[in-house]
Amino acid sequence: MNQETREKIESLIKSNSVMVFMKGNKLMPQCGFSNNVVQILNALGVGFETFDVLSDMEVREGIKEFSDWPTIPQVYLKGEFLGGSDILIEMYNSGELKEKIEIALAS
Amino acid sequence: MKVLLTATGSSFMSGFKKVITSIKQVIPDAEVTVEDMTGGGDHLQVNVISQSFSGLSRVKQHQLVYKALKNELASEAIHALALNTSTP
Repeated sequence: MNQETREKIESLIKSNSVMVFMKGNKLMPQCGFSNNVVQILNALGVGFETFDVLSDMEVREGIKEFSDWPTIPQVYLKGEFLGGSDILIEMYNSGELKEKIEIALAS
Repeated sequence: MKVLLTATGSSFMSGFKKVITSIKQVIPDAEVTVEDMTGGGDHLQVNVISQSFSGLSRVKQHQLVYKALKNELASEAIHALALNTSTP
């Protein structure tokens, strides 16, 4: 991954409390897993920013290297990598996600 | 169509078996089940139970399995992977 892509990813993650790298966007998710994440965050009423990796191959591949995570979507909370669709669903169902987001956004 | 890996012989089964052996190479004590979510053989639900997950965050547990399946994921033999990890 080149420096420019790394800086682009880092700035997106730093400047947005809840940052989602996904296929498509909030209104038009292009993949079932990306849609899961959008629905969960909407259900929690959480504000979040998205980046459509389909629009930028450098970021699409770079984000996998950045987090050592091979799939999309990827969710970041205050700079911390939370996981993809599976983990978000698990955390949402257990109530851990709501709690973790509230704590992070309160701080 | 939910196909739980069994001993029946079809081309997907060899693919599923490869998934299991790849995981077991990295996580020897893993108990692995593979389900075909769409019938196409490349959208898989994989459940992994292993003692070595204890004390690891979910992200770390999944990263272990992803490392084991690096080739299958890179070659798009697996297009979509829903993963569930837990300790026994």
